[in-house]
Amino acid sequence: MSTTITAEQTTYLGKARLRREDPALLTGESQFIDDLTLPGQVWIGIVRSSEAHAKILHIDGSEALAIEGVSEVLTGADLAPMWGEAALPCAWPVTDDMANPPHVPVATNVAKYVGDAVAVVLANSRYAAADGAAAVTVDYEPLPAVTDIEKALNEDAPLVHPELGTNKSYTWPLILNPEAVEEAFANAAHTISERYVQQRLIPAPMEPRGVLASPGVANGDLTLYSATQVPHILKVMTAVTLGIPEHKIRVVAPAVGGGFGCKLNVYAEEILCSALAMDRKVPVRWTESRSEAATSTIQGRGQVQHIELAADEAGKVTAVRVKLIADMGAYLQLVTPGVPLLGGFLYHGCYDIANYSFECTSVFTNKTPTDAYRGAGRPEATYAIERAMDSLAVAVGVSPEEIRSRNFIPKDAFPYESAAGLIFDSGDYQAVLDKAVQMADLDKVRAEKAQRLNAGHHKQLGIGLSSYVEMCGLAPSRVLASLNYGAGGWEAATVRVLPTAKVQVITGSTPHGQGHETSWSMIVAEKLGIDPDDIEVLHSDTAISPTGLDTYGSRSLSVGGTAVFMATDKVLDKARLIAAHQLEANEADLEYSDGAFSVKGTPTATVPFAAIAFAAFTAHDLPDGMEPNLEAHVTYDPPNFTFPNGTHIAVVEVDIQTGDVEIIDYVAVDDCGNQVNPLIVAGQVHGGILQGAAQALYEDAVYDTEGQIKTVNLGDYLVPSAAEAPRYRLDSHVSPSPTNPMGVKGVGEAGTIAAAPAVINAVVDALRPFGVSNLEMPASPQTVWQAITTAQGQGGAS
Amino acid sequence: MIPANFDYKVAESAEHAVALLNEHGDEAKLLAGGHSLIPMMRFRLAAPAVLIDVGRLDELRYINATNGSISIGALTRHSELEHSPLLADSAPLLASVAALVGDPAVRHRGTLGGTVAHADPASDLPAALLALGACVVALGPNGNREIPLTEFFSGYFESVLEDNEMIVEVRVPQSKGGWNYQKFNRRAQDWAIVGVAVAEGGAGVSLVNMGSTPLRASATETAVAQGASAADAAALAADGLEPPEDLNANADYRRHLAKVFTERALLAAGVS
Repeated sequence: MSTTITAEQTTYLGKARLRREDPALLTGESQFIDDLTLPGQVWIGIVRSSEAHAKILHIDGSEALAIEGVSEVLTGADLAPMWGEAALPCAWPVTDDMANPPHVPVATNVAKYVGDAVAVVLANSRYAAADGAAAVTVDYEPLPAVTDIEKALNEDAPLVHPELGTNKSYTWPLILNPEAVEEAFANAAHTISERYVQQRLIPAPMEPRGVLASPGVANGDLTLYSATQVPHILKVMTAVTLGIPEHKIRVVAPAVGGGFGCKLNVYAEEILCSALAMDRKVPVRWTESRSEAATSTIQGRGQVQHIELAADEAGKVTAVRVKLIADMGAYLQLVTPGVPLLGGFLYHGCYDIANYSFECTSVFTNKTPTDAYRGAGRPEATYAIERAMDSLAVAVGVSPEEIRSRNFIPKDAFPYESAAGLIFDSGDYQAVLDKAVQMADLDKVRAEKAQRLNAGHHKQLGIGLSSYVEMCGLAPSRVLASLNYGAGGWEAATVRVLPTAKVQVITGSTPHGQGHETSWSMIVAEKLGIDPDDIEVLHSDTAISPTGLDTYGSRSLSVGGTAVFMATDKVLDKARLIAAHQLEANEADLEYSDGAFSVKGTPTATVPFAAIAFAAFTAHDLPDGMEPNLEAHVTYDPPNFTFPNGTHIAVVEVDIQTGDVEIIDYVAVDDCGNQVNPLIVAGQVHGGILQGAAQALYEDAVYDTEGQIKTVNLGDYLVPSAAEAPRYRLDSHVSPSPTNPMGVKGVGEAGTIAAAPAVINAVVDALRPFGVSNLEMPASPQTVWQAITTAQGQGGAS
Repeated sequence: MIPANFDYKVAESAEHAVALLNEHGDEAKLLAGGHSLIPMMRFRLAAPAVLIDVGRLDELRYINATNGSISIGALTRHSELEHSPLLADSAPLLASVAALVGDPAVRHRGTLGGTVAHADPASDLPAALLALGACVVALGPNGNREIPLTEFFSGYFESVLEDNEMIVEVRVPQSKGGWNYQKFNRRAQDWAIVGVAVAEGGAGVSLVNMGSTPLRASATETAVAQGASAADAAALAADGLEPPEDLNANADYRRHLAKVFTERALLAAGVS
């Protein structure tokens, strides 16, 4: 059982420490994929479909071939022999009858979304590749496109994949007791029924994707450099897809500039460059442009949610019923179909709701495939329940904090078995909410809100709460098996003590901005009593870290960090045996502190860690039968998910004349269990909140009804900057997770999960006096102004 | 994105730049700060065969007071306008607007001559100059000519500048009276969805992104001159305008915003 880590008891854990990664990143020393270069490398330029759905009639590469530096123009048909029937992988067939049409890296006969690759240009420079791709002409015969997920299953809807006879990929229900749900609704004093739209989002990590595939011609091997979150998964999938023996493949993720889930994938370009490199026997590379990324990298969200609540007179919720339509896009990428399921267990939020009904129907459209994006399913679930709880508060006539308090899972109910079948680990949701309400000084804000309303001020105030719980620490392998996921959820770590008592930590987690090197070194330093700077953390190269399942789903610390913690324990166990041998003492009589073993009660009998490290290396005098060297490897499979939670409160100012929304205060109280490095926790929460607020107010992948995308650059797709960020006020509550020895839960997605409903609830709160009770995201100034204008009748609000 | 191929020439003087323009005609583009042109080239919306780099002509970076007006060299950076004590005193609207263009990187590279020549109806500084009654000095093969800004913009990203002419100076009358600029956008570095500049206590009122060029709101100006209230004058701001439509705003919303922000700008400029 883990306990709260307090900074008084520790040397490093729980104390803010600057990230050791940052100097190299900030001075430009870090090598990203585009910084790498290999002799003889060939660049590819990809010709992408300008049509959402079209037959490819003819591809003319003659003009491209006339450009100096362009060597080849290849169509999908030319390339098909390189991958044969093998499709890009989907690792999550959520149901046995899920439709998963073959997905090849370059389309052959029909392009199925704007951005679908239709031809490839090979050239000796990036410029020539770009010129070549621009010079290829493609004749299309346009076909009707599926663009609206609510109409995709209509009888007269065009079909993305005619051979399926439907646009449906699957229906996944989680309805354990349908009669009880029906009964709860039949007996309800209050019912809420709402429809919410989760717009598509375009991930925008600072570094777009890139690939460099380098063949080892003599040995038949392949080194694949990719800006990926998942080098280990990519290695397995490249082997399976292209038939290259797995032991011949090395995958390296160099410095990776963020991912947010969009680099948790196996992409066409990775397979394409690998196949071309092996076939042409030259290094082949590709760097994604920002505009290309808008359609060639997966998009996030893309759901229509119907949520219903049944509640008694006092507003205690008795049942939640959710029907979801999820947009898969044109094809299933690595975990596309599983994303809605990750939210499917959490539509009751952090509330004790006895009856649960969830059903997701997923459909194909003529748009870029969707897949995991920061939070993956959980932001969507949290948005729906938190918006609906505010509506219930209005119906019951109580405050948003009161409706939440009446429904929270009580703190003495943990471990709590949810109606959806999960075991929630720990928490005190009421204490978290109380702290947030106090920090936000809601009484004062409400007084000013009332005063502004009475005065007819053009800037009205709104308050929005969002209480969330998420499932993190992906994941117990057996649970993943029950969900048909194609891999396990463990993580691996090696702790290797070098002869001079410096330490190498090898982790299977793959950082791409999270600061693993700093955090892992703090864990090991704390346990070994040495300086974190004496510890090197190695990762992201399958030749160095052959075993791992990488970084996503807020899993690194609770799974990968736990593996590091446990491997360090194993090192200490062996070190203790060596120390006991040297001190001629019983190991049970030894204690370890300040980097040395000593015999209890005999303070002069000590042996420092450095002496043990060197003794393990020389092996001159080890206990009988002990192997030389001091190194331990652990693969940790978590017994359960972890359940971070929190309450966020947004205070917004809405200009009712223009519709402009400004977040003027933002309070976040998060419970991510014990914290290893509070500085990194704060950074994750800051960025997460802005990413959630971005969905609420700014970002939207806009498509027209023909399937043409309108937001392919960062002038049109509004990623907010630091200038738009609210001034965050953070605090935390610590309820250690009993699931792992450090009592940690994860914090990578918390802010994103909490922020969108907090912000929209605040905007709706400001606008309720003007007759507005719902708003679609993003709540752009025009959207807000139109909502006010519509509610007030012609002439708008005065 | 990757731009198409182009030739690159460095101008040694304004006269040299004009000679190069004369030689290459409409295939050439002047490169000053590059913060409008280079993104367009990277998106392949522009593909000039020749770039003539005038960015090194430091002799065209100045802000001088002369006979009741202020002369500003065409290569003067936005950040230099922003921090100029002379402008803060004599044309504070211009300094204030310069501080709102793009982000600090843009303001340190972008030039006043460049933003005027680019003739983007969504740019801040051209509208501010319009409200101030500014004119530009264009150098051509036959020497200088002065063009009032009211006659300069001829269409969407188009001006009366000839292919072989280059803006060398902008002249701004020393301004008196209340002024204000309202810029409405969703992110700090974005172009204005709508912007309103008020100068000379309401005698000059101009609009950003309300048509194919920067515009004077002449009906509003007339109403102010005749003593109308800010609200009444602002109600005329969008009269007869066909503003553009984009993802941020349709035409109705833009017209509404123009009125709201014209009223706010007039009030802030002291028109009651």
